[in-house]
Amino acid sequence: MTMNSEVREYPFIGEPAGVEVDPLYARLRREEPVSRVRLPYGGEGWLVTRYEDTKKVFADPRFSRAATVGREDVPRTTPEPASGGFLLSMDPPEHSRLRRLVAKAFTNRRVERLRPRVQEIVDARLEEIERSGPPADLVRGLALPLPITVLCEMLGVPPQDQDRFRDFSDAILSTTAYTREEIFAVRDALLAYLAGMVRQRREHPADDLLGALVAARDEGDRLSEEELVNLGVGLLIAGHGTTANQISNFTYVLLTRPDRWDLLRDRPDLVPGAVEELLRYVEFGTGGSFARVATEDVEVGGVLVRAGEAVFVNAQAANRDESVFDHPDDVDLTRRPNPHLTFGHGLHHCLGAQLARLILQVAIGSLLQRFPALRLAVPADEVPWKTGLLVRGPNALPVSW
Amino acid sequence: MDGRRWRVQVDRRTCIGSGLCTAIAEEHFALVEGRSRPAAEVIEPDDAVIDAADFCPVEAILVRTTDTRTVLAPQP
Repeated sequence: MTMNSEVREYPFIGEPAGVEVDPLYARLRREEPVSRVRLPYGGEGWLVTRYEDTKKVFADPRFSRAATVGREDVPRTTPEPASGGFLLSMDPPEHSRLRRLVAKAFTNRRVERLRPRVQEIVDARLEEIERSGPPADLVRGLALPLPITVLCEMLGVPPQDQDRFRDFSDAILSTTAYTREEIFAVRDALLAYLAGMVRQRREHPADDLLGALVAARDEGDRLSEEELVNLGVGLLIAGHGTTANQISNFTYVLLTRPDRWDLLRDRPDLVPGAVEELLRYVEFGTGGSFARVATEDVEVGGVLVRAGEAVFVNAQAANRDESVFDHPDDVDLTRRPNPHLTFGHGLHHCLGAQLARLILQVAIGSLLQRFPALRLAVPADEVPWKTGLLVRGPNALPVSW
Repeated sequence: MDGRRWRVQVDRRTCIGSGLCTAIAEEHFALVEGRSRPAAEVIEPDDAVIDAADFCPVEAILVRTTDTRTVLAPQP
C-alpha cells in the first residue's frame, strides 16, 4: 500500500446533505482504505472505510470504547470528552453485566409482540394525517412521534408525560436549536424525571422495562441507581432520533424514486427486504462519532494501529464496498443477501435493531398501503435537511396524496 | 456421555450474523459465510455461551444439557 501522509479534516468538509454518502469514502476505499483524519477536538486518528476492515474494528475487542471515556486526547467532534455510563461507552465485563439485563426485552420474539400496538400507533397517526391534509408534514405527523411513543410505552412513561419526554429527547439530539447550557438543563431534567420514575417503581413495582430494571437492581443488586437512569436515557437517545430520522429518510428515498415506491406498493411482501436495503443505503449519521481506541498494536487493512491510537469507522462507507455489494450505489429493494453494517457488528451490535426494523417495516408498509399515491409536496431539492447534527434527516417532509 | 456437558446449536436460518456471540464467546462460535456456527457441538460448561445465547437478538442459539436436554438458554 502506498503511504499517504495527507491528513484530512473529519467529518469531511462539505459533506453532502440529505441521505448521500460522501463520495470521498469511495476514493478512500480504493486508494487509501485506512487513512489519517483530524477531528475538531482531540487530534488525529485513523479512518477505516472498507467492509472487512470495518467489520474487524467492530468485532475486535482490542478496539475499546471504554478507553475513550473522559479522555481529552481522544479525537472527537465535541468539546467535551466522551461521557461514560452508556452501553456503547463500555467494554466487557461491565458491558455484559448491563446488556444482560436489557437484552431479553429486545429479542425478535419480544419485539414481535409489540407489532399490533405499533400498527395501532401508526394507524392513528396516518388517520390524523389524512384528516388534516393534504398536504402534511410526515416528520411531525409520523416520524417524530412514532418511535418515542413506542419507547415511552416500553419504559413505562405514562401518556400524560410523553409529550414532555418527546421535548427532552428532541433537545438532547439537537446541537443547533439549543445552547449547550439549555441542552445540559434539559438532560438534567430528563435524568431527574427518570430518577422519579425509578422511585415510583420501587414503591409500586410495575410490569414495564424500567420496572424490570428496578427489580434487577433491588433484588440482585446488579445495577447502581446511576446505571439504571443512564440505561433509560441511553435507550431513548439511541432509539428515538435514529429511528425517527430513518422513517423520514426512507420515505424520502422512495418518493424520489417513484419506480421503487410503485414496486413496493404492488409487492408489500418486499417491505422487510426493502427496509434492509434502505438501512444499507441511507447515510444517516455524520462522521466522527464513537471513536475506538486500540488497547494494543493492531494491524488493520495493512496499517499498524498503535496502542492508544483512535480508529473511526462509518458503516455506510462499508455498506458501499463494491467487493461485497454489487452496484452498491443503486437502491435495489430485492438485494439478497444484504449483510449491511448499519447496526454495527459484534459486542455493540445495536440493542434495538429488531425494534427499529419492526417500526420501520410497519411505518413504511402502512404508508404504502394507506397513501398509494403519496408524493413529495415540494421539489426534492427543497426538502430542508438538518445540518450539524449527530443524525441526519429532513426537518420537514411535506407530502401530498 | 457426560451429562454435565452442554450441547450448543445455532439455527443458521434464523442467525442474522450480528457477531454478538463471536464477540462474547469467541472460542465457542465462528462466523462462516456471515452466519454463526458452534466451534463444537458438545462443550464443557462455560457461562459465556449462556450470555451469547441470551444476547442473541434473534435467539438463534440453543444451549441444553446433554443428558436431560434441559434448556439452559435462552431464557423463556
